[in-house]
Amino acid sequence: MQITSPTFKANAHAALHDAHLQRALGNVRSGFIGKRAKAAKALPEFEQLRDNAKAIKDHVLGHLDIYLEAYEKKVEDAGGKVHWAESAAEARGIILDICRMNNARTVTKGKSMLTEEIELNDFLEASGIQPVETDLGEYIIQLRGEHPSHIIAPAIHLNKDQVEQDFRRVHTEFPTDRDLTEPQQLLSEARQVLRQKYFDADIGITGANFLIAETGTSIIVTNEGNGDLTQTLPRVHIVIASIEKVVPTLDDAAQILRLLARSATGQDMSVYTTLSTGPKRVSDPDGPDEYHVILLDNGRSAMLGTEFQDALRCIRCGACINHCPVYHSVGGHAYGWVYPGPIGAVLTPSLIGVDKAGHLPNASTFCGRCEAVCPMRIPLPKMMRHWREKEFERGLNPAVARYGLKFWLWFAKRPRLYRLTTYLAMPVMGLFGGRKRRFRFLPLAGGWVRHRDLPAPEGRTFMQQWRDRDTLKQDAHA
Amino acid sequence: MTQAASPPPRVGLFVTCLVDLFRPSVGFAAVKLMEDAGCVVDAPAAQTCCGQPAYNSGDREDTRDIAKSTIEAFEDFDYVVAPSGSCAGMLKKHYPGLFHGDAVWEPRAQAFSEKVHELISFLTDVLGVTQVPATASGKATYHDSCSGLRELGIHGQPRQLIASVKGLKLAEMADADVCCGFGGTFCVKYGEISNAIVEKKAANIAASGADMLLAGDLGCLMNMAGKLKRQGSGIEVRHVAEVLAGLTDQPPIGGK
Amino acid sequence: MNSRDAILGRIRNVLNATDAEDDPRRIAATARIDFPPRGVIPARGQLGLDGRIKLFKKMAEASGATVEKVTSPADVPKRLAAYLRKHNLGAKIRMGGDKRLRSMPWAEERTLQVSIGPSDGTDEVAVSHAFAAIAESGTLALVSGRDNPTTLNLLPDHHIVVVNAANITGDMETTLDMLRENFGKGVMPRTVNFITGPSRSADIEQTLLLGAHGPRALHIVIVGGK
Repeated sequence: MQITSPTFKANAHAALHDAHLQRALGNVRSGFIGKRAKAAKALPEFEQLRDNAKAIKDHVLGHLDIYLEAYEKKVEDAGGKVHWAESAAEARGIILDICRMNNARTVTKGKSMLTEEIELNDFLEASGIQPVETDLGEYIIQLRGEHPSHIIAPAIHLNKDQVEQDFRRVHTEFPTDRDLTEPQQLLSEARQVLRQKYFDADIGITGANFLIAETGTSIIVTNEGNGDLTQTLPRVHIVIASIEKVVPTLDDAAQILRLLARSATGQDMSVYTTLSTGPKRVSDPDGPDEYHVILLDNGRSAMLGTEFQDALRCIRCGACINHCPVYHSVGGHAYGWVYPGPIGAVLTPSLIGVDKAGHLPNASTFCGRCEAVCPMRIPLPKMMRHWREKEFERGLNPAVARYGLKFWLWFAKRPRLYRLTTYLAMPVMGLFGGRKRRFRFLPLAGGWVRHRDLPAPEGRTFMQQWRDRDTLKQDAHA
Repeated sequence: MTQAASPPPRVGLFVTCLVDLFRPSVGFAAVKLMEDAGCVVDAPAAQTCCGQPAYNSGDREDTRDIAKSTIEAFEDFDYVVAPSGSCAGMLKKHYPGLFHGDAVWEPRAQAFSEKVHELISFLTDVLGVTQVPATASGKATYHDSCSGLRELGIHGQPRQLIASVKGLKLAEMADADVCCGFGGTFCVKYGEISNAIVEKKAANIAASGADMLLAGDLGCLMNMAGKLKRQGSGIEVRHVAEVLAGLTDQPPIGGK
Repeated sequence: MNSRDAILGRIRNVLNATDAEDDPRRIAATARIDFPPRGVIPARGQLGLDGRIKLFKKMAEASGATVEKVTSPADVPKRLAAYLRKHNLGAKIRMGGDKRLRSMPWAEERTLQVSIGPSDGTDEVAVSHAFAAIAESGTLALVSGRDNPTTLNLLPDHHIVVVNAANITGDMETTLDMLRENFGKGVMPRTVNFITGPSRSADIEQTLLLGAHGPRALHIVIVGGK
């Protein structure tokens, strides 16, 4: 996908003027937030689980090499094959090799952000292999040639009438006069279309929410059952997961699972939590003959040991996105790459470079709601600030902002001069505020007054008046 | 001779640059509230800004310089109090980290930060104030500013004191805990997004039916007042300290 | 250097570690795998059998499943026949070779056709026997194999799952222990499906719809208990 993060501001401008999008974004605010709050409140151990989940992942990151090796061994014991990929290109190459070896013509896919990250669909198509997204949201955006705008609700930027248009355009096998006004009708049609695709596919590709070192198991979590069919019906199952997805034991996964669905959709558990270990056994009448796991680094190991390591605890629940006022305003596509919202603002500069993604960590009010709801207690604002530090060090932030700041700092570091200047300036500015006590226009403050009035200062500064009061007091005592 | 009662707590008022420059009456309201509760208050002249504009722009070195002079200016007080959750949060939660590994300044910043409080929570949680003698009229709605709420846990304290103001009713707005879109330099750097956020906030404020909007941070208040006034709203906007101190002679923020 | 060694090498480099057998990190990690520490277990499921059954039923219903209780396995066929009639479904079910299911008196339901094996997608109703269930979240645990093929869990419109009351655990960890006991430590069947309610999607305007790709209805029959 084309990276559009550098034009974040223009993207945001377009998003704010997109009436369809703005209507759809209302669904983020009205749905997820209340459900998460209710689910968290209903589990008294929720905060304790967050602490423990953080501890588990921190432990993993300190022992990552060992758990990856242990996991690999167990996958092989179970008859599976593990492939290691340093980069997106390498991962794509491995997948293509497996496809070629199996003469694959179509692959079904469970929902996987990692395959978005490595741009797998475009690559497969260019290689003559048809990828079919099976998650309803992913399927819809694949029809539209779009990318997910949210990591757990990929089509959240769309309204049902837009989906109806796409289905009418693509599903030409159905009668044209059919009724598709209700979401249930759209779902039924997609179910019917995709059902056959599962059977037709040669290979099923899924991501993984967890890899278990104890057993060599990969776990996916879905509500639709699409990932589960994807990995059960085709002859070959490929799992692609980034290296930080490994946890030591099933018990560790159980701890984090209690947080995942609650944080994401407000469910106690998602409908399907599916554990896969190796290919089907002699006694299995169904399941794949081959089981491959691709362990992808693609920049993760470079985050280890840096101020961005904590982001590797992320379980992709989307809670930070759901609670972000900036995301609520502009949606996911404005962020310009795979991961939107607060986690995107931290991950994207790590994975594609801060020179391209510099806007993202800046486009935050630091309201802290993301960190407050992150089940893994990732200090997202702190890490965005770290990115701002990197940008500042490298002089990547805009010159106007830099010089404006320097001007302010020059005074802020010289209290006497600061006092003198403000004693003189504020009463004058106060006077200009007029009877209304506010400005509609003000030179150099365009960013503010374009959208709102600027309340006028009262007049003399506090410190000025405080000095007077002190003097009066001393006079009275004299 | 009887033992003298313990001396009154000496409070250094960190007035914050916005209050100093734009709304001194908030500073005087803070002083009154703390003096009424038995404190001796001073505002040292060497203070300027808490350093957030630099800190949040990624300029750590300048932030450290500002932090050092702030710490020096306030070290002699028993408490350091700011009428802002955002600035108090900076002083309390972020100063020590600026000097991580610095043998001299880290402990100094740590000791300083332990004395820092946001005004309203200082009144309730440290001084034990449970009510104020102020009176007002009408319905007020309260916006939880982000740093105060999430860094310092300020939520019930202002509501408790607002409830004690005779004649004033609290009408909660929807999403009182959601950001107003101010975000310091964010509101100028990403003005359009900031505007989209404050528009939602203004709608919630209006829907609450309140005739007065209160909050504990002047940055947020100026942002919300600016939007409400641009929309022609008649809702009065004030810092919560003004109402609690009964100092409402000044026209509201952004005028009537 | 191959990618595996490059990735592991980079990680060890950052962690200032070696791949030595006696690395204390290795000892700690191995110990954790061998003896998984119990994490935070929600108090809600820590109940006696009756309490667990009650909680399981409540949570499963909250997830959109329907639940009924029977006292004996012999009651299952006639209750299933009633379920089919109630939902206007054909008198036909598909199931695996699970002895607990096969030994039920299906023949007493004269009109009911029972066929054995995995699903090819044409079955309207499947019956499975759960390995266990988890009260804290109303979740069923099903394991793959000839007894209960995985396709039965996913392809039919109606999935009926029989679970023994005695196998309803309070929490997920207890079910995981049962898996370890049954399959051996560190060994797992090809697939374990933890299922909580019928398939659903909210991908269109966040409207919750049942029956996305998996079963539209999940019916649970608890056998035994009070």
